Amino acid sequence: MSFLSVSHVSKSFGGPPVVNDVSLEVMRGEFFALLGPSGCGKTTLLRMIAGFETPDSGAIVIDGEPMNTVPPHLRPTNMVFQSYAIFPHLNVFDNIAYGLRKLKLSKDRLRARVESMLATVRLEGLGNRASDQLSGGQRQRVALARALVREPKVLLLDEPLGALDKRLRETMQVELRAIQRKVGITFLLVTHDQEEALSLSDRVAVMHQGRILQVADPRTLYERPNCREVADFIGEMNFFHATVREIAGAGATVNAGLLGLITLPAANLAPGIKPDDHILLAIRPEHVRFAASGVAGDIAASTFLGERSHFHVRIPGRSEPVFVSGNAPPSGAVHLEFPPEKLIGLPIAD
Amino acid sequence: MKNKSLLLYAFAYLAFLYVPVLVLPVFSFNDSQFIAFPLSGFTTRWYGALAGDSAMQHALGNSLKVGIVTALLSTMLGLAAARAVTRYRLRGAGAALGFISLPLFIPDIVLGLSLLMLLGAMGLPLSLAAVVLGHLLVCVPFALTVLIARFEGFDRNLEEASADLGEDGWMTFWRITAPLMLPGIIASLLLTFITSFDEFLVAFFLSGTEATLPIYIWGQLRFPERLPMVLALGAVILAVSVVLVICAEYVRNLGVKDRVVGA
Repeated sequence: MSFLSVSHVSKSFGGPPVVNDVSLEVMRGEFFALLGPSGCGKTTLLRMIAGFETPDSGAIVIDGEPMNTVPPHLRPTNMVFQSYAIFPHLNVFDNIAYGLRKLKLSKDRLRARVESMLATVRLEGLGNRASDQLSGGQRQRVALARALVREPKVLLLDEPLGALDKRLRETMQVELRAIQRKVGITFLLVTHDQEEALSLSDRVAVMHQGRILQVADPRTLYERPNCREVADFIGEMNFFHATVREIAGAGATVNAGLLGLITLPAANLAPGIKPDDHILLAIRPEHVRFAASGVAGDIAASTFLGERSHFHVRIPGRSEPVFVSGNAPPSGAVHLEFPPEKLIGLPIAD
Repeated sequence: MKNKSLLLYAFAYLAFLYVPVLVLPVFSFNDSQFIAFPLSGFTTRWYGALAGDSAMQHALGNSLKVGIVTALLSTMLGLAAARAVTRYRLRGAGAALGFISLPLFIPDIVLGLSLLMLLGAMGLPLSLAAVVLGHLLVCVPFALTVLIARFEGFDRNLEEASADLGEDGWMTFWRITAPLMLPGIIASLLLTFITSFDEFLVAFFLSGTEATLPIYIWGQLRFPERLPMVLALGAVILAVSVVLVICAEYVRNLGVKDRVVGA
């Protein structure tokens, strides 16, 4: 039984749908990410769950309770805004205590609860700090504490690390994950940063043009994307046009043009692919190997990245270079090997 | 020495700005009916005469009434317009703002004269209410300018965050919107009040028999012996105006630093 359920939700702002028939099931205590390029509808979906936007159709249910008619201030969700939305006229303590007014706690218990939350986000002793005297990372922590202190059923995070510099972002990623483990609250994170989504989340939904393309754990998403958009969005990928010759038992034979006839595991083909289909063969740069024989090519460009290097290899008869990630090859003229077990077959969208 | 000459220029400019204004208080304490140097001695009797002048006090009362009503109305109208313009995407918002601000660029004498003709044509009597209407035209643009600036620095997410943290619209207004907008509202009230209080031409055309303070002062200039008392009155108005404007600027800038960070 899912904890947060979004079913067939659509939303448009007068034009084409921004969120188009999206369904989603998030488990209790899960760290779930909505990943997609800007404008893909992920923030709109988040705002509908928070109650700031109303779905045109479809239902949102949290812990068994339908949310469609519940106004934002009565929903069991809290949000960390992209801009943080720290109240500028209140200090850190009052910002965090803001959402606790209705609980009518005694002064001591209120103080204890806020102090313990300050400790959770590692802002001990900063309660009296004015909100304009906080660094970016501290503001992010205040926003997180302010939302978490209410112990929501679902915590919504809208690009929470987007405004931080790279190093701080990496530190906060680790901390965010640790905090989520500690409090056990369901986190729903919206991000356009695939690295962030993959490293933080239990499961990721990839969104594109208002639709969810694939929901999977990070490893599956990386190793078995179900379409070109997902493969493209998550890391680098080489694509080759191919035609399925036959699927026999555990093996599938495809004609991959420049790469010749290849037999790969049938399980590597996306569901629904039949013989005679035109498909895309996809392979990650780190799975392409330099070898003594194979497809001949020339290194057009290379980037040294420490333990590994990135190469653009031109092969005759193909306009795009092949991306290869590996150790330095012997010379400019190389041969490439494409291990069949690492090739996956994706449908061509029509 | 380029710096020195620039400094000299700055001082000359400040003198040009403020010496004439300082003449007013100086002569208001001068023990003579005639406005001429040398000064003939210190007195506060002109201020005493001022305190005993009931016509002046009546005019002052009229000006305060008109000023307060104008300030409240124009700030309320300005609030509504500023919120609409900054919060929603409105068709023709730019044009509407332009038209609202236009009276700033129409000479007051033209404004006063056209309002006089309009009221006459409509058969409405000249009154303090007519003056308020005229002053609204001049004051709403000021209110709007001050309030839009304040609203623009107001992160809309703040109100959403408050709702998200469990407060309904009313409590959000009291805990978030009002405290953050208050400096803008106070600045707008002070600015529009001063504008109305000091305004002469529109009031001159529309006030009928109920003189406002500037009109009263203008009327007194026909009597040379009352001139020092008018100077005393001018000095008082000057002092109060300066204090109010300083207050308005101070309040307007309150929390500007927060605002930038909050945005």
